[in-house]
Amino acid sequence: MAAADELAFHEFEEATNLLAQTPDAAITRSDQLTPQGHVAVVMDSGGSYGADDEVESDKAALLQEEKQQPGFWTFGYYQSFFDVDTSQVLDRIKGSLLPRPGHNFVRHHLRNRPDLYGPFWICATLAFVLAITGNLTLVLAQRRDPSIHYSPQFHKVTVAGITIYCYAWLVPLALWGFLRWRRGVRERVGPYTFLETVCVYGYSLFVFIPTVVLWLIPVPWLQWLFGALALALSAAGLVFTLWPVVREDTRLAATVLLSTVVLLHTLLAMGCKFYFFQPLPLEHVAPPHQAMSQPPNTLPPTLPRSMAT
Amino acid sequence: MRSRVREFDSSTLNESVQNTIMRDLKAVGKKFMHVLYPRKSNTLLRDWDLWGPLILCVTLALMLQRGSVDSEKDGGPQFAEVFVIVWFGAVTITLNSKLLGGNISFFQSLCVLGYCILPLTVAMLVCRLVLLAELGPINFMVRFFVVIVMFAWSIVASTAFLADSQPPNRKALAVYPVFLFYFVISWMILTFTPQ
Repeated sequence: MAAADELAFHEFEEATNLLAQTPDAAITRSDQLTPQGHVAVVMDSGGSYGADDEVESDKAALLQEEKQQPGFWTFGYYQSFFDVDTSQVLDRIKGSLLPRPGHNFVRHHLRNRPDLYGPFWICATLAFVLAITGNLTLVLAQRRDPSIHYSPQFHKVTVAGITIYCYAWLVPLALWGFLRWRRGVRERVGPYTFLETVCVYGYSLFVFIPTVVLWLIPVPWLQWLFGALALALSAAGLVFTLWPVVREDTRLAATVLLSTVVLLHTLLAMGCKFYFFQPLPLEHVAPPHQAMSQPPNTLPPTLPRSMAT
Repeated sequence: MRSRVREFDSSTLNESVQNTIMRDLKAVGKKFMHVLYPRKSNTLLRDWDLWGPLILCVTLALMLQRGSVDSEKDGGPQFAEVFVIVWFGAVTITLNSKLLGGNISFFQSLCVLGYCILPLTVAMLVCRLVLLAELGPINFMVRFFVVIVMFAWSIVASTAFLADSQPPNRKALAVYPVFLFYFVISWMILTFTPQ
């Protein structure tokens, strides 16, 4: 009852933002032509929309048809997944860094044009940054305690790569499968396509890149703080994106799904922290053998668990 | 003279092996010069070859090997790992560049990326020489400085050749993976420690 009004009002706000940001975006929904849409256009400075709205939507419809023609064995099919500009990728990254309730990442930033560039290269960057900063902590540890033997630990690159890529591609696959399975329960809002789910997960991992770099600072409580902050931002982005799709479902299924998503994300963050970053020995005032036996693990790991629900 | 029409000249079959090898070596050497002094010329793109990248990759991988008595699991990259990173990295970047709509051919891009490893190979040589001296913070600073300069040189050289093939609103998207690629190679060079 109120849900329909909420949805209409929400889309009006989106229409304003859409038209304000990129006047050349291909508009595919016909409710942009409602009087509310026209009011938004008049406030804007792009004055040529009055007559061209229908032309735009016709052109957009034609483009959509053309895009479906290449088969999956052609190069053009995969090229359609990389059809993004630098500004669009940066906008999507910004959108993932600042999640807002009601601000659906898929509808607002992806706008039915998911890309594979972001997820792929964000995962690659994260894998390498994890391995490199993990190695750097070993350097820092060796400077404090010369008995630790430094080695480049190159196998960690492989481990990092496999972990991040499996997480960013298999978990969206499972999520997409689950949402499609529950599709019969929901009438109003369709589930996201597989690519959109992969995009959401890929861009949500971006916030971990600066966090991992900041984990170099050898102050334990600061590391946990940054980790919790990054996890909160990332999980919030995921939850706000999944909420419109899941809220039509039964309460139990919605709660289970969202808490599983957040839990997996937490496991990933904590697993990376423990595997790639070893705790530093104490300051080099004690004799070396004493420093090695007491790694400073001061903060108990209850903080992330409280963020998981 | 004869080398300019070599593509369709069947009489190269009768020349001596030395001629063939010297011609290819000269072509590779010429491209090395183009990488070391990057100008906006098309030589690297027009007459691409993969000998240069192969030589550079094998040299780099051999130099990054530590002693074979290294029995720890967490050592430096093995020969195969360096090889895989360089070649699969270059293929991935090329695919990325083509998928983004660049109008450069597959092997041209591989050629450019492979040749632009030359500054980093030089950095590896210098690092190995510097590591013969005593280890210490000055040693590290010298190596760090050399690697940073060569990394920047690689990026500038490859961007000079590759950036023009992309539409202007996607240049950064195509250049960022190149940056990541050379960064990882620089990291492997910098963390090389002899046994």
